[in-house]
Amino acid sequence: MARHVVARVDEIAPGGRKCVTLDGRGVIVFNVKGEFYALSETCPHKGGSLAKGIITGLVQSDGPGHHRLERQGEIVRCPWHQWEFDIKTGRSYCDPRRMRLMKFDVKVEHGANLVEGPYVAETFKVEIEDDYVVVEV
Amino acid sequence: MPLDSPPVADSASKPTNRLAIVDSDIHPAVKSLNCLKPHLEKKWWDHAMTYGFRRRHGSPSVEPYPKSAPLASRRDAWPEDGSGRPGSSLELMQKQYLDPAGVELGVLGPLGNTGQGELNLELGAAFCRATNEWQREAWTSKDRRLKAAVVVPYEDGQASAKEIERVGHMKDYAQVFCLTRSSDPLGNRRYWPIYAAAQDHNLPVAFHVFGTSGHPVTGAGWPSYYIEEGAGGHSTSAQTVVTSLVMEGVFEQFPKLKVVIVEGGFGWLPPLTWRLDKIFERNREELAHLKRRPSEYIKQHIWISTQPMEEPEDRHHLLDTLRWVGHDRLLFASDYPHWDFDDPFRAFPAGVTPEQHRAICAENGLNVYRV
Amino acid sequence: MTTDQIRSWAGAIDCDVHPRVPSIDALRRYMDSYWSETVVVRGVDEFATIAYPKNAPLTSRPDYARDKADQDAGRTAKALLDSHGFGYAILNCLYAVQMIRDEHMAAAFARAVNDWVRHEWLDRDPRFRASVVVPYQSVEKAVAEVERCAADKRFVQALFIAGTEEPLGKSRFWPIYEACERHGLAIGIHAGSSYHHAVTGSGWPSYWAEDYAASSLAMHAQVGSLVMEGVFLKYPKLKAVLIESGVTWLPPYLWRLNKFWRGTRMETPWIDRLPSEIVKDHIRLTTAPFDAPADSEMLARIVDQLPSEDMLLFASDFPHWQHDGDAMLPSGIDSALRKKILIDNPLATYPRLTIS
Repeated sequence: MARHVVARVDEIAPGGRKCVTLDGRGVIVFNVKGEFYALSETCPHKGGSLAKGIITGLVQSDGPGHHRLERQGEIVRCPWHQWEFDIKTGRSYCDPRRMRLMKFDVKVEHGANLVEGPYVAETFKVEIEDDYVVVEV
Repeated sequence: MPLDSPPVADSASKPTNRLAIVDSDIHPAVKSLNCLKPHLEKKWWDHAMTYGFRRRHGSPSVEPYPKSAPLASRRDAWPEDGSGRPGSSLELMQKQYLDPAGVELGVLGPLGNTGQGELNLELGAAFCRATNEWQREAWTSKDRRLKAAVVVPYEDGQASAKEIERVGHMKDYAQVFCLTRSSDPLGNRRYWPIYAAAQDHNLPVAFHVFGTSGHPVTGAGWPSYYIEEGAGGHSTSAQTVVTSLVMEGVFEQFPKLKVVIVEGGFGWLPPLTWRLDKIFERNREELAHLKRRPSEYIKQHIWISTQPMEEPEDRHHLLDTLRWVGHDRLLFASDYPHWDFDDPFRAFPAGVTPEQHRAICAENGLNVYRV
Repeated sequence: MTTDQIRSWAGAIDCDVHPRVPSIDALRRYMDSYWSETVVVRGVDEFATIAYPKNAPLTSRPDYARDKADQDAGRTAKALLDSHGFGYAILNCLYAVQMIRDEHMAAAFARAVNDWVRHEWLDRDPRFRASVVVPYQSVEKAVAEVERCAADKRFVQALFIAGTEEPLGKSRFWPIYEACERHGLAIGIHAGSSYHHAVTGSGWPSYWAEDYAASSLAMHAQVGSLVMEGVFLKYPKLKAVLIESGVTWLPPYLWRLNKFWRGTRMETPWIDRLPSEIVKDHIRLTTAPFDAPADSEMLARIVDQLPSEDMLLFASDFPHWQHDGDAMLPSGIDSALRKKILIDNPLATYPRLTIS
């Protein structure tokens, strides 16, 4: 288990994502309305990469003919077979128990706290005055 | 930022050590319609620019059933430089699919404004010709793994035969390409010139789902939703093709004809075969032109592509169905770059043996296509 | 026929039996003076359908054809019910009311057919039950006819023909289902077409055999439409019975529906579980034809592909020539399943069967 500094906080805007490789594993960090979430990159269905899946909302219904868009920005769909995954939990909508993305812990840490370690800073310099996204894998 | 998707099945060993995949359904696209212009007579280019395309449905461009993704494509298949639509970049296709999957033979099936289904038959024939020229210029001459389809204006049997005569002898072409939603069932005699010419050139005829027949998508009228068109309309249009080819005697007339059914799934083939055999037994007088049972024609003349892979909840159901269809009759298809894409190493259920996988993904195709 | 064979069908509920209207005069008696006169003045012959050509092999088994066994309640009872010991038989009259373009005429003919069935069949043998022939050219008139007939508990189902102008899930049909659910009527969808458009999505086939084969394709469309439009969410007690269009095509179609649904759910978000599970609860199929190979071991595997054994309803399809002798079910069905198919499943599907 290691903690990886993956981005400066302002690098991933709300609605955005960053794809990184941590310990050889593809991970996507999402910013949903200021909260960060990290999920495995590969769809458990047939292996599509969620890096290019559209981020959208959850369509719900109160009955036939009724459509309601909720939780805008909280669903990512696989670019291949269009399965929906909840960014906050990694679970697929259609088969939430069996088909889900691995979810990783994410924290925002101040640069001053990171300089001391035991963190693995990936490809960029950590500045004392900035905030960083840290993923535990 | 590593935004590119990982190579397909990149965890496996290098392509050189792996199965040489034969893919029966790859969709190349034009970057823009201008790609066809050099291959068209001026009058047909002008005609298309003036009146647009007119088929047996209301819109010249928009699909009546909006897909689940733009252009029914994988969202990771759009060229990053914005140069065109999914399937229009050979470089991306190579990098994203052909190379990592180890495709040795990729059979093209162009869709879109290819001239097929055009109400103006001469316009249709001109665009089919242009599409066939473009496939050589932009694809088969640049990547020897790719083979073109002779796209024919199938509603005009004579013009289709003429096009097969024109280019069918060239090694760039591996199949004749039709769509399943024709204005008459495809066993109808008006289409027989296509089969005669295909048989003469030892080219299999592919029937790919889609097309604009002018008839409601189903025998029960026009459905509301894309899922009804996609899950029901496509597979039933493919069943209509098989039924018609068999029952109208096409395989009696053209005993060497090979047919490939593409992108309609395959789970329906065993039940349809059982049904047709039973109907045949009861109606031998009406079907006196048939010398054998429908199942025998199907076993001998028809191959079927695997995409979109059937995904029953219980994989044993799929293993049974694969066996009933026959591992020798199935051809792997990816449908790249479309959204219901199948990867040759991830699409099949556990329980398919390496021998069966090799037959479906490589050997069968080499027996079917003229290569 | 041995005693054992007779006993083996005892109490069976035959969910697809076809009474034949012998002539248009038989119906005129059940029309008002205007329509009865119209038949004469305008020379209305009979609404025969190309779905069942009179002399085609399938239309009538040779022994039934010889005896005109389908043209009279007594003869049908003798040839089918007495000889097998059936408990009930559900009459589906295929007189082609659905072909008529004039909705007023369709309503008049539907009414006449239903009254003819009631008086000439239901009243003549207590084992007969029937489907209401529905003039759904007008939904309003269809509802009125369902209401009128539902007063007689011997009507257990509303009858549709698979080749409709529009798929039956469309919301314009829903008032019919509201009435059916309220009265405990199933909806039956039978092979055939109104022929208001081509029987396939690729036009008109050359041979009758292809036309008949295409009925199962229209059934794909009806299942997709009823499920995806949300009919069974709106009418949770409703059952739809697919009649005379095979059984084995259904599982592979459900695989496709399920797979598509996972990728296109946002189009019909009211569908909140696998389409196959909705089908399992609401769709039933009659067993003639079954469209399976003769191999018993394969049959077991095919049945296993169905979402549930509760979905199968026994039918002879009398007088259609689906089988010879008594081979009314495919071989390889064990006795427990056989009992479900013959008796339990029909009773669960048609709650009105036993309440008259």
